[in-house]
Amino acid sequence: MAAPKIIARDLSMEYQARDEAGREERVPVLEGFDLQVREGEFLSILGPSGCGKSTFMNILAGLAHKTGGDLLVDGKPLQGINRNQGVVFQGYALLPWRTVLDNIAVGLEIRGVSKAQRLETAREYLELVGLNGFASRYPHELSGGMRQRVAIARSLAYDPDVLLMDEPFAALDAQTRETLQSELLRIWDTHKKTIVFITHSLDEAIFLSDRVAVMTQRPGRIKEIFDIDLARPRLPELRNTQAFVHYRQRAWEALRDEVTDITREPAAAATHQNWQSIATLGGYRIGV
Amino acid sequence: MGFKLTSRRVFDSTVGIVAFLALWEALPQLGIVNPGYLSPPSAVLGAVLDLASSGDLLKHVQASLFRSFAGLLLAIASGVSLGLMMGWFARVESVLDPLLQFFRQTSALALFPVFILFLGIGELSKIAIIFWASFWPILLSTISGVKQVDGLLINSALSMGANRWFLFTKIVLPAASPSIFTGIRLAGAYCITALVAAEMIGAHSGLGFLTLNSQEVFQIPSMYAGILLLAVVGLLLNFLLALLERRFTYWRRGLRHGG
Repeated sequence: MAAPKIIARDLSMEYQARDEAGREERVPVLEGFDLQVREGEFLSILGPSGCGKSTFMNILAGLAHKTGGDLLVDGKPLQGINRNQGVVFQGYALLPWRTVLDNIAVGLEIRGVSKAQRLETAREYLELVGLNGFASRYPHELSGGMRQRVAIARSLAYDPDVLLMDEPFAALDAQTRETLQSELLRIWDTHKKTIVFITHSLDEAIFLSDRVAVMTQRPGRIKEIFDIDLARPRLPELRNTQAFVHYRQRAWEALRDEVTDITREPAAAATHQNWQSIATLGGYRIGV
Repeated sequence: MGFKLTSRRVFDSTVGIVAFLALWEALPQLGIVNPGYLSPPSAVLGAVLDLASSGDLLKHVQASLFRSFAGLLLAIASGVSLGLMMGWFARVESVLDPLLQFFRQTSALALFPVFILFLGIGELSKIAIIFWASFWPILLSTISGVKQVDGLLINSALSMGANRWFLFTKIVLPAASPSIFTGIRLAGAYCITALVAAEMIGAHSGLGFLTLNSQEVFQIPSMYAGILLLAVVGLLLNFLLALLERRFTYWRRGLRHGG
């Protein structure tokens, strides 16, 4: 088997904060985080919000610094920003003063591609995400789903090897979300990239991924990784099959302990509701 | 949605002005207010025409425009560049901020004697006072504009490999421009106030001088002409700055549709 694309070994990250009494304390976000991402695979990291999964992604993107352990990309320690990675954020991060086309071309502009060339490439990716005819619109004229399509086109346009996606569909309504999941699979099928996809939705992780990694509560580490042996191409109806429900149950069992533990912990009062909603959601889905 | 000049709209926007002018004309004409103190608009218009034909109008307007533009442009150039530095480099801000907090509380009018002392009674001291008054709102709104740039936009650009120059020119500057223009518009208003004050304290030309001088020699219609013209200059400046703002922040209006 080929060497893994990304290797995280005993990775840790902590920050300094002041507690209620004003004392300095170290807040560990990640601890003993081990993960290997294979070349070309679609891997989801599943965990309740606050478990540190976005922190891992920020470290991987070069936007945050690890405080311990190793992080290798293509066998080399990651230093700063990796230009072979594209990041898609939940909040779209489109430039409001640029048209859709100019937004898609940003990464190419940063790479010094000539204007004519980058607009031509941007048009290809505009078409890829199904936004023909919206080239000269501004982001505020688009719906959330369309904005995220633009953001995906932007991160693909400069042809990175790895796509990091940080809960990209979390802010979208259920229908748009499912449409974009299928779209993403279609795009992934034509442009084989390694995708690391962060989510707190069981269904999303299972529907999209080759493998799902479940994280523990904070300080986060990978608790369990399992393969999703569902045939591709995956159609929306897949969500109703016995096999899918089986995986959902399996993922929920891995996640449930982390969620219930947290609700008993008074320190997590601020995010209490968040955990509960996930617990309810999971419970409901298992009951289906 | 376009701006439509419907007859109702025209009526609504002119009826107030017409009523005001009628009242202004009537009060002195009917002797309700002493016409020696309040000249009717017809007399004020006459004074404006007289000033125009004698060439004095051009002289005063030119002097006022030159001073206000010189002061304002200097304030924009220095306020925006210093503000960008202070917003971008935290260290620059922490060093300069206490100093600037003190200076911004120092009234431009209070400093006028100092400016005269150093720069003389000529144009320089007048431009300096206008500069001082216009500088602060531009500086402060530029700093806050830079500091309020959405961190997500910065992170996104960084993740694509942007260097600091790209971040600054292509992300921070456009993101901060609405706030910068708010400051510039405010500076436009302050600039006119400072202009009038400067021209009333020590000048031989300009609309402020015209206004005060006319009162001193009891040319009341031309005093009102001066006040009116100052208001026109203020409106004109505001209009110009609004145009400039639109040019640079068109994307905020949500009116431009692609095609």
